Amino acid sequence: MMSYFKLFALAAIAFLLAGCPKNTIPDPDPTDTTYPGDAGDATTSGADGGMYGDGEFMDDPSAGELTMVIYFDFDSSEVRAADQDIVARHAMQLGGGGKVRLEGHADERGSREYNIGLGERRAQAVRQMLLIQGVSADQISTVSFGEERPVGFGSTEADYAQNRRVEFKYSN
Amino acid sequence: MGLLLMVVGTVHAELVIDVQGVAKPAPVAIVPFGWEGEAPDMPLDVARVITDDLQRSGRFAPIGEEKMLQKPTDGADVDFQDWSFVGAEAVVVGKVIQEGENAYTLQFQLFDVFGRRQLVGYRMPASRGTMRSAAHRAADMIYEKLTGIKGVFGTKVAYVTAKREGQGRLYSLIVSDQDGFNEHTIMESADPIMSPAWSPDSRQLAYVSFEGDKSSIFVQTLRTGNRFSVSSKPGINGAPSFSPDGRKLVVTLGGVDGNLDIYVLDINSRRTTRLTTHRAIDTEGAWSPDGRYIYFTSDRSGGPQIYRVSAEGGSPERVTFEGSYNARPRLSPDGKRLAMVHNDQGNFRIAVMSLERKDLLVLSSGRQDESPSFAPNSDILIYATRQGRDGVLETVSADGLIRQKMASRAGGDVREPVWSPFPRF
Repeated sequence: MMSYFKLFALAAIAFLLAGCPKNTIPDPDPTDTTYPGDAGDATTSGADGGMYGDGEFMDDPSAGELTMVIYFDFDSSEVRAADQDIVARHAMQLGGGGKVRLEGHADERGSREYNIGLGERRAQAVRQMLLIQGVSADQISTVSFGEERPVGFGSTEADYAQNRRVEFKYSN
Repeated sequence: MGLLLMVVGTVHAELVIDVQGVAKPAPVAIVPFGWEGEAPDMPLDVARVITDDLQRSGRFAPIGEEKMLQKPTDGADVDFQDWSFVGAEAVVVGKVIQEGENAYTLQFQLFDVFGRRQLVGYRMPASRGTMRSAAHRAADMIYEKLTGIKGVFGTKVAYVTAKREGQGRLYSLIVSDQDGFNEHTIMESADPIMSPAWSPDSRQLAYVSFEGDKSSIFVQTLRTGNRFSVSSKPGINGAPSFSPDGRKLVVTLGGVDGNLDIYVLDINSRRTTRLTTHRAIDTEGAWSPDGRYIYFTSDRSGGPQIYRVSAEGGSPERVTFEGSYNARPRLSPDGKRLAMVHNDQGNFRIAVMSLERKDLLVLSSGRQDESPSFAPNSDILIYATRQGRDGVLETVSADGLIRQKMASRAGGDVREPVWSPFPRF
């Protein structure tokens, strides 16, 4: 039992160290340092920096962009409390129409077809939340890629944490 | 000229190797084959192929050419004293004779050095294209005479590779000889390919493809390359495995609600019969060789364990109880053993369970081993293991004593090997 707790702790630390990957749309161009609030004439660029010196402005987390991927704990298909707002915002988005494909993924451990099942279970957990919040069933499809489409290609806890995920893919 | 059986091995060989105690592989000599033809060299170094086969089995230690005191190509010239002196327990001699532009005869004889007698001799027709498989057949006959176990050198293996290509990946479904030669890519896709399965006549492969970002099950005929989709329902279409008569597949379907259950799919009519109805994940079905049961993975008890259900339907019964994770069941063709992926103290390893004694034997030593598949002689398994970031293939004897890396020329991340049935001539 103890080793499992250690595993979780390691996973959490490794995940924090690796940093959360950017998964918002539109994908911010890392070379573009335009401040979103500006009309566009106050741009700075290059290594000489602007009035604030070297650096770039950060995305405003409340700026209205949808987060397109959420992550899951080891052996779990429960949407984390912190991610329930993200799902709710997708439900709002879908209230205005459109279709979403929920792509479920798993980490590489264990058997491949069983991992297809685990990925599907995660996609279904998100689907159920969307349905409860009024999204129509025909707006949602699910697919599970199991461990077949990893984001992290290594075999560390940080890779595994990145790979246990559901991605939202919109089409009109 | 047809096949001519020179001598039938009526007496059973005394060289039967004790499978339980293969601490010391048996020394055998495969003499370079003679060549009777126009060109300076024979089309294929047949002795090399046979030597490599026997060596790779782990049960034999071929004697180096430099140690040989004589190099006969005809059984009548074998001097048993010479072979006894160099420590060979068995000796193989043979030759390739050109009969026409692309017609050859491959002949070989196997002798028991202590008993001073021939164990088997065989002569077979071959072309340049079939010479390698004829050499494997010779190795199979030699192996069977010496061990009492049917050889699998003439069989094939199918597997999937994934290679990084720019931002994406290229997935390939490959069929090769069991020694890694003659690789043929039978299907290629930018989307994942999974779960290849051989038809019992080894003429077709079923597999899962994610073309168009949805899963479908295809059946493809190897000779023609033609394929047809047999299942493309909403949700998951996965884990195909042929029935022993080749007419049906056991598959996993998830439907819109994503409840994975085991179904039997009639290939001709495409009609499906549902075998399980539990809300847990039920997947990875595999037929027992007698066709009576379907073994599958289910996490209805919490974690994944192996269950079986009558192929006619009924209530499933649990088969595995040892450990917290047992998945991907595969039955040995003799029906005596069950291979699986087993969590062994945090490492995913290949284990086999005797269905009679119910004891579990862990065969592999990696941390992420998967996809066990029995050779058609039930004596060896192939599976995927990790080497750095990539998957590679290994074989292990069912008793766990002999483990070998399989050389793959494909490169990339190699996974999901499946061993073909015996070829039919």
